[in-house]
Amino acid sequence: MLPLKLKPEIFKPTRRQFLAGAAVAGAGLSVSFRVPGARAEAAAEPSPFNAYVTISPDNKVTILSAHMDMGQGAYHGIATLVAEELEADRDQLVVVGAAGNPKLYGNLAWGGVAQGTGGSSAMFSSFDRYRKAGALARTMLVNAAAKQWNVPAGEITVEKGVVSHASGKQATFGDLADAAAQEQVPAEVALKPRDQWKVIGSEDFRRIDSREKSTGQQPYTIDLKLPGMLTAMVAHPPLFGATVKSFDPAPAKAVKGVIDVVQISRGVAVVAENTWAAMKGREALTVEWDDSAAEKRGSAELFAEYLKQADQPGEAVAATRGDVDGAMAKATKTIEATYQFPYLAHAALEPMDAVAHKTGDVLEIWGGHQMPDLYQAVASQIAGVKPENVTLHVMKTGGGFGRRAVTDADIIVEAVETAKAIGWKAPVKVLWTREDDMRGGRYRPLFVHKVKVGLDDAGNILAWQHRQVGQSLLIGTPFEAMAVKDGVDGSSVEGVSDTKYALENFRSEVVNAKVGVPVLWWRSVGHTHTAYVMETMIDDIARQTGKDPVELRRALLKDHPRHLATLNLAAEKAAWGKEMPKGVHRGVALHESFGTVVAEIADVRMDDQGGFKVERVVCAVDCGTAINPDQVRAQMEGGIGFGLGSVLHEELTLTNGQVDQSNYDAYLPLRIEEMPTVETYIVPSEAVPSGVGEPGVPPIGPAVANALAGATGKHVRILPFAKGLAA
Amino acid sequence: MKLDINGQVREVDADPDMPLLWAIRDIVGLTGTKFGCGMAQCGACTVHQDGVPIRACITPVSDVEGTRITTIEGLNGKVAEAVQAAWTQLDVPQCGYCQSGQVMAATALLTDNPKPTDADIDAAMSGNLCRCATYHRIRAGIHEAAKMLG
Repeated sequence: MLPLKLKPEIFKPTRRQFLAGAAVAGAGLSVSFRVPGARAEAAAEPSPFNAYVTISPDNKVTILSAHMDMGQGAYHGIATLVAEELEADRDQLVVVGAAGNPKLYGNLAWGGVAQGTGGSSAMFSSFDRYRKAGALARTMLVNAAAKQWNVPAGEITVEKGVVSHASGKQATFGDLADAAAQEQVPAEVALKPRDQWKVIGSEDFRRIDSREKSTGQQPYTIDLKLPGMLTAMVAHPPLFGATVKSFDPAPAKAVKGVIDVVQISRGVAVVAENTWAAMKGREALTVEWDDSAAEKRGSAELFAEYLKQADQPGEAVAATRGDVDGAMAKATKTIEATYQFPYLAHAALEPMDAVAHKTGDVLEIWGGHQMPDLYQAVASQIAGVKPENVTLHVMKTGGGFGRRAVTDADIIVEAVETAKAIGWKAPVKVLWTREDDMRGGRYRPLFVHKVKVGLDDAGNILAWQHRQVGQSLLIGTPFEAMAVKDGVDGSSVEGVSDTKYALENFRSEVVNAKVGVPVLWWRSVGHTHTAYVMETMIDDIARQTGKDPVELRRALLKDHPRHLATLNLAAEKAAWGKEMPKGVHRGVALHESFGTVVAEIADVRMDDQGGFKVERVVCAVDCGTAINPDQVRAQMEGGIGFGLGSVLHEELTLTNGQVDQSNYDAYLPLRIEEMPTVETYIVPSEAVPSGVGEPGVPPIGPAVANALAGATGKHVRILPFAKGLAA
Repeated sequence: MKLDINGQVREVDADPDMPLLWAIRDIVGLTGTKFGCGMAQCGACTVHQDGVPIRACITPVSDVEGTRITTIEGLNGKVAEAVQAAWTQLDVPQCGYCQSGQVMAATALLTDNPKPTDADIDAAMSGNLCRCATYHRIRAGIHEAAKMLG
């Protein structure tokens, strides 16, 4: 049984329940009403997910989310959009993850071709879609009430989930759900003008899942317990690219509670009655690995190679304009800098996990399905069932930061292959330990940047030459053909090649390093390193030419009003320019990512021992329309803490190909004592919403580095600071 | 062996060396207590033993026989209610995965120290990682709960 509030009826319509689809041709929009009885044959719908909103006679409004929630609040944002137009009551809203119907749930930021969560795009993709769904549903409820009460629809009002008429007639959505399902779907529906919004932009529409998450009631994949379910731990190769040569299952099988030991493509799975037995079984297991094709270089060797490559012209040009070489020759002063960024682990607190269960020709998989179409296709191949017979149950995850969007579907493959290898005899949960998770690859790639800037006597920037060396996230994946052009993977150079600074003579080059360490998007992706380089370079230029760093940015961004307004708001709120107390230094950084502009000003207090503490951060953000202002603030606060941890201490290193860290004792995310106070200010905007999950991250590192430069005279250029300050 | 969990004494069939965490989650079936690291580095598995916060992931189940274990599901009383009310009011959680442990630790802190300073909070909560970095609101939530408790 599911010990969870998963509303299983959402996933499996029974004979007495069905979704009366109400599709609007062309727009691809489908609002549905769940009603009991009547046309039972509709239960033969190929996918249970064929709607955005369903309203059931028990007065529940179930919103089927196209985006998964890893904590960033996508479910709450989507619930807000539906509630606004539907005029629903907050307490009747339930959000569940949908999957398996890209026509309906395709991400509009990606042209709608595939469902997925990433690039801080959920609100952009959902803004019209889910408001329209809410408006259609409200219109159909009103039309049904008008018929029942024999009054004009125009006289009916809807507020907080109650449909009313001046005559005193009232009904809940649940009362009307059955009748509304029989209504014609309006061809067009008007969305409310902004000045009539009640919940979008409101401070009072509080996050819908805070209570569950404060009381231990929020279920995650790790919490699932299906009848007869077994738990598996997979022994993975110690080096990336190594494979199983042989293994002896006997010692593992001798452990009490171990049921099976099976080889799968990614290692050897020990299947047991419970987690502890699986752990002990795996510990007892002996595997001999073939590491002939494995990556054996360590971080030191990679940095040495990258630094050498950064001295040569880049293999691909991401952007070029003006005459960089000519302008550089005219420079009277040059600033050259080399930066080193380590691999970083996502290290989400819920380790990777998934549950797979096949009965008959239907395969069900529970997990943090961030790229569901792909996972469905991969699972269907392994299991030999039709893709439409793979049902994905989208679980909220204990963090993510990019880790659950993996083109090789690693954890899904392990769960499905293990369940298959034991003959589908039981549901199987594959759970990674912290050590598996940290050593399991898929890191923010190690990068070297080399920048040369030419200045004239007045301190004007004449030329900017920028070269990067690092692994591409997309080359070698199914996205390569679509997203890599002329050797340039945009996710490597974003934030440099598309800089908004007025740099007339500019060249951005990249070398795509070939390394056998699996890499992945890590919250804010390329911006994690590009923003750091751009913003510390600009600061260094200001410092070396005697300019104020805010003034210099204003001058270089004079044609970009959103950037200027964001920078100015942060500067105003922080009282930029005021004298700081002794020992306190200030740094600013500004960066656009995923369509959102964020400025951060960090105050850093130096102590007598050469240590420091980031005390306060003032943050300004322009994310277009702020759907949930308090959630915007929450994401800025969290992004700042996440980004700060990464520059202070985080590094994942390899020695002879083997990952050195395995747990939080050596890989060091931010802890509470290092968290600054954060004040976030939102730039008023009526533009289409962009995202907030990632854009808070990039500016914090350079803002702190720029503050430290005020104390030390140097910008840290080897990350993390724990290493770079000592260098 | 017999375990007293949330005021209910249950017979639990577990190896004596099984960590309390897995006995609670896999055998008793209470899943609010989370696994994060397995080596007392993250605090996601925090439960109370006779009212004192401990890390269930490194505590063998045999060590807690004869003591009272409280998990997030059994947490009650004025202090816990104030913490959970403050957490909800300020929307502290993001992914929420660490928050059971945070609430257990915050409740223990406020029980001992009804008016903690920021420094007290940092010291008491340092062992509880939040990868979403909700720390700013955790601090505010503890102050808010202290205020509610008067």
